[in-house]
Amino acid sequence: MSLRTYILSLSDNAMILGHRLSELCGHGPTLETDIALTNISLDFFGQVRSYLQYLASIDGDQVTEDTLAFLRTEREHHNCILLEQPNVDFAHIIMRQYLFDVFQLLQLEQQMLSTDETIAAIAAKAIKEARYHQRFSESWVLRLGDGTEVSHTKMQTALDTLYPFVHELFTQNDWEKELVEQGIASDVKGFESRYYDTVFQTLKSANLSKDDIINRYAQGKNGIHTEHLGYILTELQYMQRAYPNMQW
Amino acid sequence: MVVGQIHIASEEVARLLSTVPDPEIPVLSVLDLGVVRRVDIDGKNIDIDLTPTYSGCPAMDTMAVDITSALLAEGYLPKVNLVLSPAWSTDWISENGRKKLAEYGVAPPLGNELDKRALLNGERLVTCTNCQSTNTTIVSQFGSTACKALFKCEDCLEPFDYFKCLK
Ligand SMILES: [Zn+2]
Repeated sequence: MSLRTYILSLSDNAMILGHRLSELCGHGPTLETDIALTNISLDFFGQVRSYLQYLASIDGDQVTEDTLAFLRTEREHHNCILLEQPNVDFAHIIMRQYLFDVFQLLQLEQQMLSTDETIAAIAAKAIKEARYHQRFSESWVLRLGDGTEVSHTKMQTALDTLYPFVHELFTQNDWEKELVEQGIASDVKGFESRYYDTVFQTLKSANLSKDDIINRYAQGKNGIHTEHLGYILTELQYMQRAYPNMQW
Repeated sequence: MVVGQIHIASEEVARLLSTVPDPEIPVLSVLDLGVVRRVDIDGKNIDIDLTPTYSGCPAMDTMAVDITSALLAEGYLPKVNLVLSPAWSTDWISENGRKKLAEYGVAPPLGNELDKRALLNGERLVTCTNCQSTNTTIVSQFGSTACKALFKCEDCLEPFDYFKCLK
């Protein structure tokens, strides 16, 4: 049961952020950023497929990657709340992306050492793509944070809104601790300080300040979400809900 | 026979596989691309391991179907398995494949270090596929497909794709 929830938490982080980025298809601020963000979205959906195919093979019976992706309710999603936050503007999109990219890269490094062969293999594949994601989002944080007065203000606002959710990435539930002990899950506590060092360094170079930011209550990993997730799922699951079992 | 880094015991099977194109870069066969990682032949039964280039590459399912139908058409009984490990690297693109890429208009991947310098520091290292100049600049780190970045040549002014190094 723990393993199941763990796979879903990894997969849902990628799926919900991937969906948020897919909303930008045809709506990016420039052609190049539009293509970049939807490419990154595609990478996340690739990860999701690998995780959900694996989970479907564990669940057996009638479960498929599609039933897992399209037929779960809000409370059955285990992504961190940061990832379901709305796009708002390009500053929010980039900030959310950067705060997660640094985390995911460190997490994948550890995950490659997992005693679970499939989880390790998915990480070995995904980490190559994650490096490109971080280069992209970091370069934009620097450019906009240290850019004009307007771009700086927008980036600071995005940071103020999103940073309060970062701490959740490093919470560890009982099911996760159990898997860390078994060598299956990566130990987020093990790279927490490296994460903050990297992020603070970038924020400093980008002239952004996180001094007065207070953490917000976040229990997404346990299935308790902000209202945003419901809207995401409504769109994501529309076809399967309207036409049950449809295929194309 | 040895094709790229893998051994294929039957010339006919190797020939059939070399006719299956990458749907996104049709000048490359699945063998040139290095995504076929193992071919076991037992009479008419053929067991093939196929590995994705990028996790979300939509071409993978198409390649699996195309390989299956190419072999079925010649009376074989193929089974294609998608395997994740070891993860694909651009080093697995064959020499022949790199040549075909450049002719097609996609600059083949540089080594890891040079790739970073071209993509991140804007150094002029990628060779223009139109005029062979290296006076080229990056337009976007992400291109028309997951595996490519967009460059332009400052000499002949042509835009072109660059196949990103994945290691
Ligand atoms: Zn040129």
